[in-house]
Amino acid sequence: MLFTWFWLIAVMITGYVVFDGFDLGAGVLHLLLARTDQERRTVLRTIGPVWDGNEVWLLAGGGTLYFAFPLLYASGFSGFYLPLMIVLWLLILRGIGIELRTHLNSPVWTGFFDGCFAISSLLLTVFYGAALGNVIRGVPLQTDGYFFLPLWTNWRTGPQPGVLDWYTVIAGLVALIALTLHGALYVALKTRGEINLRAGRLAARLWPALLVITAVSLWATLSIRPEVLNNYKAFAVLFIIPVAVAASLAAIFIFQRKGSEKAAFLSSCAYLVFMLVGAAAAVYPNLLVSTTDPALNITVYNAASGRHSLSVGLIWWGFGMALAIGYFVFVYRMFRGKVSEGNIY
Amino acid sequence: MPIPTNSRAEPLIHRLHFAFTVTFHYLFPQLTMGLAPLIVVFKTMALRTGNDAFNQSARFWAKIFGINFIMGVVTGIPMEFQFGTNWSHFARVTGGVIGQPLVMEGVFSFFLESAFLGLFLYGEQRLSPKAHWWSAFMVFAGSWLSGFFIIVTDAWMQHPVAYQRFGDGSFQVSSFWGLLLNPWALLQYAHNMSGAVITGAFVMSAVGAYYLLEGIFVEQGRNFLRVGVIAGVIFCIIQIFPTGDLHGRYMARHQPVTTAAMEGLFRSEAGAPIVLIGQPDEEHQKIDNPLVVNKVLSFLIYGTTTAEVKGLNQYAKRDWPTNIPLLYYSYHIMAGLGTMFVAVMVIAAFLLWRKKLFASRWMLWILLLCLPFPYIANTAGWMTAEIGRQPWLVYGLMRTTEGYSKYVHAGNGLFTLLGFMGLYALLAILFLFLVHREISHGPGDAPADVRSGQPVTAA
Ligand code: HDD
Ligand code: HEM
Ligand code: HEM
Repeated sequence: MLFTWFWLIAVMITGYVVFDGFDLGAGVLHLLLARTDQERRTVLRTIGPVWDGNEVWLLAGGGTLYFAFPLLYASGFSGFYLPLMIVLWLLILRGIGIELRTHLNSPVWTGFFDGCFAISSLLLTVFYGAALGNVIRGVPLQTDGYFFLPLWTNWRTGPQPGVLDWYTVIAGLVALIALTLHGALYVALKTRGEINLRAGRLAARLWPALLVITAVSLWATLSIRPEVLNNYKAFAVLFIIPVAVAASLAAIFIFQRKGSEKAAFLSSCAYLVFMLVGAAAAVYPNLLVSTTDPALNITVYNAASGRHSLSVGLIWWGFGMALAIGYFVFVYRMFRGKVSEGNIY
Repeated sequence: MPIPTNSRAEPLIHRLHFAFTVTFHYLFPQLTMGLAPLIVVFKTMALRTGNDAFNQSARFWAKIFGINFIMGVVTGIPMEFQFGTNWSHFARVTGGVIGQPLVMEGVFSFFLESAFLGLFLYGEQRLSPKAHWWSAFMVFAGSWLSGFFIIVTDAWMQHPVAYQRFGDGSFQVSSFWGLLLNPWALLQYAHNMSGAVITGAFVMSAVGAYYLLEGIFVEQGRNFLRVGVIAGVIFCIIQIFPTGDLHGRYMARHQPVTTAAMEGLFRSEAGAPIVLIGQPDEEHQKIDNPLVVNKVLSFLIYGTTTAEVKGLNQYAKRDWPTNIPLLYYSYHIMAGLGTMFVAVMVIAAFLLWRKKLFASRWMLWILLLCLPFPYIANTAGWMTAEIGRQPWLVYGLMRTTEGYSKYVHAGNGLFTLLGFMGLYALLAILFLFLVHREISHGPGDAPADVRSGQPVTAA
C-alpha cells in the first residue's frame, strides 16, 4: 500500500515534469527562438491550449502528497517556505504572462508579458531542479519532524545547508538544461519554417551541455550521498535505469540528427522519466532525509495516512486519474499537428 | 503539546496570510461559478431558437469568464500549498481527512475544467452546436464540482464528521461518503453556490443596464438584463430561504456560541430579539444604539417565539470567537445586503414582467450601482463562517493556535504576505483594465478557432 502510494506520487511528479516541462522549456526559449511578434505568437500557440492542464499535474500531485503522506507535505512545505512562496509568485507571473499577452497589441504590453513569461519560466526550472536536489541531499530535520531552511547559508552541503548550495545549484542547472532541451524539441515538433530550424539548432547545441551536466550531477550525488546506491546494490536490476537514461540521451542525439522530431521529443520524455524514476528508486523508502541523524528521516512508514483512507483512496484516485488521462488524450488529439503561422484573429 | 490558547501574536500573521489570499482568490471563482450556468442558459436558448444573438451573448460572456478564470487559477494555486507552508501542523494531522476532497478537486474538477475550457472558447467553429453546448456544460460542471470539493473541505473544519482520531493526534477518514455528504457541507454548498449565481446575475444585469443607459449594444443589453434579472430574483430568494435559513439553524445547533456572537446576544434570553442595527460593545457586553425586533431570533432558530436562545454568557470566554465585533458586522452586512438584493431583484423582475424595465432608467441605474454588493456579501459571508469558527481550526477538536507552522517565523510570514499583496494589487489592476476593455468593446465578435492554439483565455 505504502509502496503503491509512493510510486503514485512519483508518477504525478513525473507527469508534471514531462508535461509542464515542455511548456516551461518553451517559455525559457521563446525570446531566443522568436524574433518578431508574429513568431512569438507562434511559439506561444504551441503551448497555449495545454499549459493550464499540464499545470494541474502539479496541483493534483501536491494534493496527492498531502493526502497520502501528510507529514511530508507539512514538513517539506513549511521547511521550504521561502523558495516555495517564490515558486508560487513565479507561477502567478507565468500564468498571466502567457494568458494576458495577446489581449493587447502594443509593444510595451506584449514586451512586458513576454519578459514575465520568459524569466519566470527560467527561474522555475532552476527552482524545481534545486528542490529535487534538496530532497536528495537532505535537510536538517528536527525531532518533531519539522525544519526550516534559509535560502542559502555558506553554499556548502554540511549539516546546516541552505536551499541553495553548490550541489542544489548543479541540480537546478540539470533541470534548466534538460527542460530547455525538452522545450526546444517540442517547439520543433509543433512548428515549421524558421522557428523550427532555430529550435532544432538550439536543441543540437544544448545536447552536449545536457550530457556533461548529467554526468556531473551523477558524480556529485554519489560524492555527497553514497547511500543512494544502497537500493541499487540490493536490487541489481535497478541498474537498468541509469542505462535507460544513457540510452535515451543517445536517442535524443540520434533522432535529432536524423530529423525525426517526434522520436527525438519522445526520447527526451523518456530521459526525464528515467532520471526521476532513478531518483525515486534511490531514495525509497525515505521521503526526506535528515542531514543530522538518519533516525529522524521522514519515510513512507512514518509519514503515511491511515490504511483505511489509503485503500479507499486507491479507488477514487484511480477512477479520477483515468478520467483525467482521458481528457488529456482528447485535448492533445484535438490539438495534434503543427500550429499554423500567421495572425489568426 | 499544549500551547497557550491566548497567544494570538504568533499565529496572527499566518491567519492574515491565509485570510488575505483566500479572500482575494474567492473574488474570482464566485463569478466563474456564477457565470457558468448563465452561459449555459444562453447556449441553450441559442440551440432552441436558432437565434445567433444568443451565441453572441455566450461568446461575450465567455471572454469575461476567461479573464476571470485565469485570475482564479493563478490565485488558487497558492491556496493549495498554504496548508503546508503556513498551517503545517494542521496539515500534518488532518491530511488523512481533508487531503481527500482536496485531491478530488484536482483530479475530478481541475483537469475537467482545464480540458473543456479551451474547447469551449475555441471550438465553436469546429464542433457541432450540440457538442459546443456540451463543452459549455462541462465547464459549468467542472467549476461547480470544484466548489463542492472545497466546501466539503471547509465544512469538515466547521463540523468534523466521519473521522477517527489516532494515538498520534492525527485524523483519518472513517467513511468516504460520510465525509462527502456531511450535512453541513450540503447546506453550505447550496447557500454558497446560490451566492455565486447572485454575483453572476448582478454582474450580468449591471453590464446590460450599462449598455442600455449608454445606448450601445442595446439588443444584447436587453438579453443580459432578462437573463440576469430572472436568475437574480430566483437565487436572491433561495439565498435567504431556504438555504440561509437552514444553514443558520443548523449552525445554531452545532456552533451555538458562534450564533450568539453573530447576533450580538451577550446574555441568554427567552423570546430573544433580533438585532437589526447596533454596535456591539464587547467590554460592557451590550449593543449600542440597538434597533431590535422582539422574539424574532427565537422564532428563526426554534420556530417558536418563546424559546430560550443561549447568549455568550453561557460559554467560557476562551471558547468565544476571537473577534466578535468583526463577526457581528460581517454577518449583519451579509444578511442586510441579502435583504436588499431581494428588494432590488423583485422590483426589477416586476418591471421586466410588465415590459417596463428597459425604459426605467432609475432601475437601470440601481442595477448598475449594485455591481459591487454581491462581492461584498459573499466576502462577508465567508468572513462570518471563518471568524465564527474561531478559536477552533477544526471545530471543537483543534485550536487555531495549534495548527500553524512553528518554524516559519512571523518575519518570514510578513515578508511573503507583503509579496502577495503587491502581486495581487497588480493582478487587480490588470483584471479591471482587461474586463473594462471587453465591456467597452462589447459583444459581436465571430467565434475563434481551436486550431489557432491560442492561450485558453486570450480570445
Ligand atoms: C450573495 C451572497 C450572500 C447573501 C446575500 C447571504 N449570504 Fe449567507 N453566506 C454566503 C453568502 C451570502 C456565503 C459566502 O456563501 C457563505 C460563507 C460560507 C458559506 O458557506 O456561505 C455564507 C454563510 C452563511 C452562514 C454560515 C456562517 C457559518 O458557516 O459560520 C449563515 C448562517 C448565513 N450565511 C445566513 C444568511 C442569511 C440568513 C442571509 C440572508 C439574509 C444570507 N446568509 C445572505
Ligand atoms: C472564499 C472563501 C473564504 C474566505 C473569504 C475565507 C476567509 C478567511 C478568514 C477571514 C480567515 C481568518 C479568520 C481568523 O483568523 O479570524 C480564514 C482563515 C482560514 N480559513 Fe478561510 N476563508 C475562505 C474559504 C476557506 C476554505 C474553503 C478553507 C478550507 C478548505 C479555509 C480554511 C481556512 C484556514 C485553514 C484558515 C486559517 C486558520 C484560521 O484562522 O482558522 N478557508 N479564512
Ligand atoms: C482553501 C481554499 C481554496 C483552495 C486550496 C483553492 C484552490 C484552487 C486552485 C488550485 C485553483 C486553480 C485551478 C486550476 O489551475 O485550474 C482554484 C480555482 C478555483 N477555485 Fe479555488 N481554492 C480555494 C477556495 C475556493 C473556494 C472557497 C471556492 C468556491 C466555493 C473555490 C472555487 C474555485 C473554482 C470554481 C475555481 C476554478 C477557477 C476559477 O474559478 O477561477 N475555491 N482553486
